[in-house]
Amino acid sequence: MTLMPGSANRMDAAMTQSPDLVVDEPMTLRRFSRAERWTHRILAILMGLLLVTAAFLFFPELSSIAGNRLLLRNIHVIAGFALPVPLIIVAFFVAFRRDADRLNRFTKEDWTWLRSRDRRSGRIPVGKFNAGQKLNAAFTLGAIILMFLTGIIMYGWLGDTWRTGATFVHDWLSLVIAVMIGGHMWMAYSDPIARLGMRAGSVPTSWARREHGQWADEETDTSRP
Amino acid sequence: MSHYGMTETTTDTTSKGTPLGRRLVLGMVGLGVVGIGVGRQLSESLSNTVSAVAPGLASVIPSTGGFRIYTVTNGYPEMPVADYRLTVNGLVDRELTLTFDDLGALPQTGITADFQCVTGWRVNDVPWSGVLLSDLLQESGVKDSARALRFFSFDGVYTESLTLEQSLTPDVLVATSMWGKPITREHGGPVRLYVVPMYGYKSLKWLSGIELGATVVPGYWEQLGYDVDAWVGESNGRSDDPIT
Repeated sequence: MTLMPGSANRMDAAMTQSPDLVVDEPMTLRRFSRAERWTHRILAILMGLLLVTAAFLFFPELSSIAGNRLLLRNIHVIAGFALPVPLIIVAFFVAFRRDADRLNRFTKEDWTWLRSRDRRSGRIPVGKFNAGQKLNAAFTLGAIILMFLTGIIMYGWLGDTWRTGATFVHDWLSLVIAVMIGGHMWMAYSDPIARLGMRAGSVPTSWARREHGQWADEETDTSRP
Repeated sequence: MSHYGMTETTTDTTSKGTPLGRRLVLGMVGLGVVGIGVGRQLSESLSNTVSAVAPGLASVIPSTGGFRIYTVTNGYPEMPVADYRLTVNGLVDRELTLTFDDLGALPQTGITADFQCVTGWRVNDVPWSGVLLSDLLQESGVKDSARALRFFSFDGVYTESLTLEQSLTPDVLVATSMWGKPITREHGGPVRLYVVPMYGYKSLKWLSGIELGATVVPGYWEQLGYDVDAWVGESNGRSDDPIT
């Protein structure tokens, strides 16, 4: 159980004013563990560094403003090598492994949700993560693996045979990543409570019922062992 | 809230469902590995298409054959053409100090050839023109004891080297124009070196000094580990196609 009834007073009371609110139900639900939130924070900083330095290294106009190519390159390379480290560390935490398993598995409801036009209405109750979040998670992990692999080839440890091909993949994928991260940030920007969950760790039960109905049921079902 | 029927699905959700996430990750990595394999051909055909359809986009669209702009200092040095001077000294018969117009008064040579970077990118068929280094050395004369040349950039940091033998081939140009226009500041203007058969780092940008000496002094990138004799396809552990 990951209920945190004690954290209810920290929440804005207005957030919990929902017709679905059951009296003996906790007002907030624990969404992300401390380890997960710190991992997210560190990954965000490293990703930001990578994208900004990448832009300055890649676009000639920006390159000519910045100069300092060797410094930018070193920041980019160090941030790139550092990126998998928090991911590997967080894999030792049970909460993360449970969430990773949830992200991995697509249910029938996920497909229904993806196909529906009113997927944000809450009509189709989804689990802790909706299908969009699952797809984004898979893309992000695949992208990190590929960028790391192609980055190592570009760095030169594996010789030069594949360097042009690796550069090709690295360059194009970086554009897709920039778009995906832009979308990720847009989604977060438009849902303050989702951001709260990642920042503080807990979310109002009313929000969970609306956005992740199945998960809210699981977490509030006290009859469960 | 109406729950779309099926309340029984709310239990045991973590262990059910197909592990599609893992398949997506593996599929993506597989696709990427294929991309690494075919990337060279893909970027070449893409490069040709882009340069035929919209040449202006070549520097913005990844892997389409644009130059990547490198500099070794803070920013890019700027030099008004009127203030530009090229000195030729060391083991020469006559020390020279040439203005941009002086260079224009010497015999002009055009070379159209590929520009190959040691990091893998190549720009095909770039037209350059300027003064052959061998013509310039004819002006200054070369003492018998001279064996090597050192090149200096007015950025104050970048240096390069060639042997005298390499310098006298018709493959080394003191370039004053690129793509039919004055060389831009980013590309090393107003005057840069272009060493046709060698990797790009030998083609020193912002050229301001040529010094003849008795031995080769490794240049900036060579002190960082790159080969002094930087033949394309035969140095730096690379196997690129020869320059055409």
